[in-house]
Amino acid sequence: MAVLKVKFTKTRRDKLAQILWILNWISVVTGVILFSLGLFLKVELKKREELMAEKDIQYVPNMLIAVGLIACVINFLGGKICYDCVDTTNFLRWKLIMLPYIVCTFFFTLCVLVGALMCYSMHWELEEALNLGLTQAMRFYKDTDMPGRCFLKHTVDMLQIQFQCCGNSGYKDWFQIQWISNRYLDMSKKEVVDRLRSNVEGKFLMDGVPFSCCNINSPRPCIQQQITNNSAHFNYEHQTEDQNLWMKGCREALLEYYTHLLQSIGLTVLITWLFELSVLTGVRYLQTSLENMLRQGDPNSESDGWLLENSLMETARTNLSIIKSLGKGNQIDTADNGDPNIDVPSTSKAHYGPDNVPPKQKTETN
Amino acid sequence: MVVMKMKFPFEKRVKLAQGLWLLSWCATVAGATTFTLGCLLKTELRRRAEVMDNSDVHIVPNTLMIVGLASLGINYFASKICQDALDAGRFPRWKNFLKPYFAVSSFFTVLMLLAVIMSYAMKGSLESSLKAGLRNGIRFYKDTDTPGRCFQKQNIDRLQMEFQCCGNNDFRDWFEVQWISNRYLDFSSKEVKDRIKSNVDGRYLVDGVPFSCCNPSSPRPCIQNRLTNNSAHYNYDYQTEELNIYLRGCREALLNYYMGLMNTIGAGVLSIFLLQGSVLVSLRFLQTAMEAVAGNENTEIETEGYLLEKGVKETAMEYLNPVLTFLLLKNQVQEGTSDEAAPAAP
Repeated sequence: MAVLKVKFTKTRRDKLAQILWILNWISVVTGVILFSLGLFLKVELKKREELMAEKDIQYVPNMLIAVGLIACVINFLGGKICYDCVDTTNFLRWKLIMLPYIVCTFFFTLCVLVGALMCYSMHWELEEALNLGLTQAMRFYKDTDMPGRCFLKHTVDMLQIQFQCCGNSGYKDWFQIQWISNRYLDMSKKEVVDRLRSNVEGKFLMDGVPFSCCNINSPRPCIQQQITNNSAHFNYEHQTEDQNLWMKGCREALLEYYTHLLQSIGLTVLITWLFELSVLTGVRYLQTSLENMLRQGDPNSESDGWLLENSLMETARTNLSIIKSLGKGNQIDTADNGDPNIDVPSTSKAHYGPDNVPPKQKTETN
Repeated sequence: MVVMKMKFPFEKRVKLAQGLWLLSWCATVAGATTFTLGCLLKTELRRRAEVMDNSDVHIVPNTLMIVGLASLGINYFASKICQDALDAGRFPRWKNFLKPYFAVSSFFTVLMLLAVIMSYAMKGSLESSLKAGLRNGIRFYKDTDTPGRCFQKQNIDRLQMEFQCCGNNDFRDWFEVQWISNRYLDFSSKEVKDRIKSNVDGRYLVDGVPFSCCNPSSPRPCIQNRLTNNSAHYNYDYQTEELNIYLRGCREALLNYYMGLMNTIGAGVLSIFLLQGSVLVSLRFLQTAMEAVAGNENTEIETEGYLLEKGVKETAMEYLNPVLTFLLLKNQVQEGTSDEAAPAAP
């Protein structure tokens, strides 16, 4: 018993073919949009790759790019097929290809769905990558004389200015690392030597932050040094002061930015997936109704279109058995214990050509 | 004496009309572009209106917008006229319209050229406006509690970070202004009292700059305070230090930015002016060629087209005479009435 059977008159079939032709071309455009979204995401991730640890997050934009390209190709082919389906003679060209095409497109739409879900699941990997990356970047902030790390100071400063954030989780992260290089510390001064000695690892730690943490909206000039020392500054209390520096951590700020981006892209991909699925359904109906029309023989007759010929369980069973028999192709028939010399008569009815006359048995005359 | 006479056989007239139709549609698009460029420039100027003292320079984008809108109308009519030009029956209805049309179109085309010239000439006015505006901005930097000036600090900080500049002429402008408000100065401290006493106007001046002057590309953490004191910082020489803070003045940075923008726009508008001029010249030739055909039964004869029937001076007088007689007529009437009134009085 067929799944979702619909009757199709000739005019309805033609209209369906035309509509599907237009929809396929729209799908090509959405494929291009997917491709460009993947490219955009790739560029955005690459821009800040210095701040992200070596985690494999590039697979998401790569997947989107691949899916976008394949969508263009598949829908272009689909457009061509639907264009030819209006005319019965042209349809015969595509008859054999249509079913494999539909199967391929079905698996492709699954890939699109997986792509959309990956956009949402990237959040956690991204958070970890940013956490590690920012810690590293802050640690190497002072190493402006080491090749390979000399631009980290500039990168971190610009990040903090642009995203209005300070440190990894907050500004206190700067208190735990030495962000002033030894090149600029006067080792002859008692104060500097004392501070270095008081630290276990010999690091020059202070309760100060770089200038890029300064909040533009603060009414007073920025307080960068001796932040926790209330008496060092007039009319200042560091526990209640929230406008002096940026309070948000850079990890949170970057994560917010990328999550927002990924959610928008994920939503677009989901909508594209639904659209592709509907186009696929239309093409399936078109294919089944045209095949039924051919079976009936009359191009102008009414025919049925369906999604599946039998119910879902039966279709699954038949397909599984087909796959199993494909696997058995090389196996020997066990009816005669595997001996190839024994002639096992064929159980199927033999077909001897158009007039079905068995050939004359040749008898040898000695 | 006719200006620029040219012979126009029938095919040439047809080609001229067709080419002109296409050209006028291109010129319509160009007119829309001019309007957009004017809007763009105005938006950019308004964004930094807080550091500009006067808005004299806004005349350039305003003119561009007016000219853009006018050229849309001019080119629309041009395309309609050249569509009717080849039809001898429909062309005569434009007869009375064409003279004022050409006067108005020439006026707006000349205005377009004036806008381009002004965009180059306005440099001095813009510079003085920026100088005064930035001086005020720096002076009111500390007044974050005064209504009307509380956003100056934010604006100046943002400006310095975005344009990578410091101060008006350079960073030393900050040494002459008290940019730390009295609210945050501890008047019980001896150091503060000494510094205020040592200044004639009782201002708290420091040789330091705000954090927004700091250059992120510097290899060392930013030195903002005691900039001129070499011994206050290790391994520091303020005369040779180039990367610590931005050395460029904000006036120069803003001026370069706006002049660059106006030069680019000026170049574009100049090419649009040439396009518009060619549309008008072609239309004039078409009009004069078609007028010579009027009245003839054979519309395919060869005619002559020209730019001006009389010389340039005579044509100018012809256009100005109505305006002058209007003014002179008023004077004549006044003289007449005063003559009549005078003998009547005694």
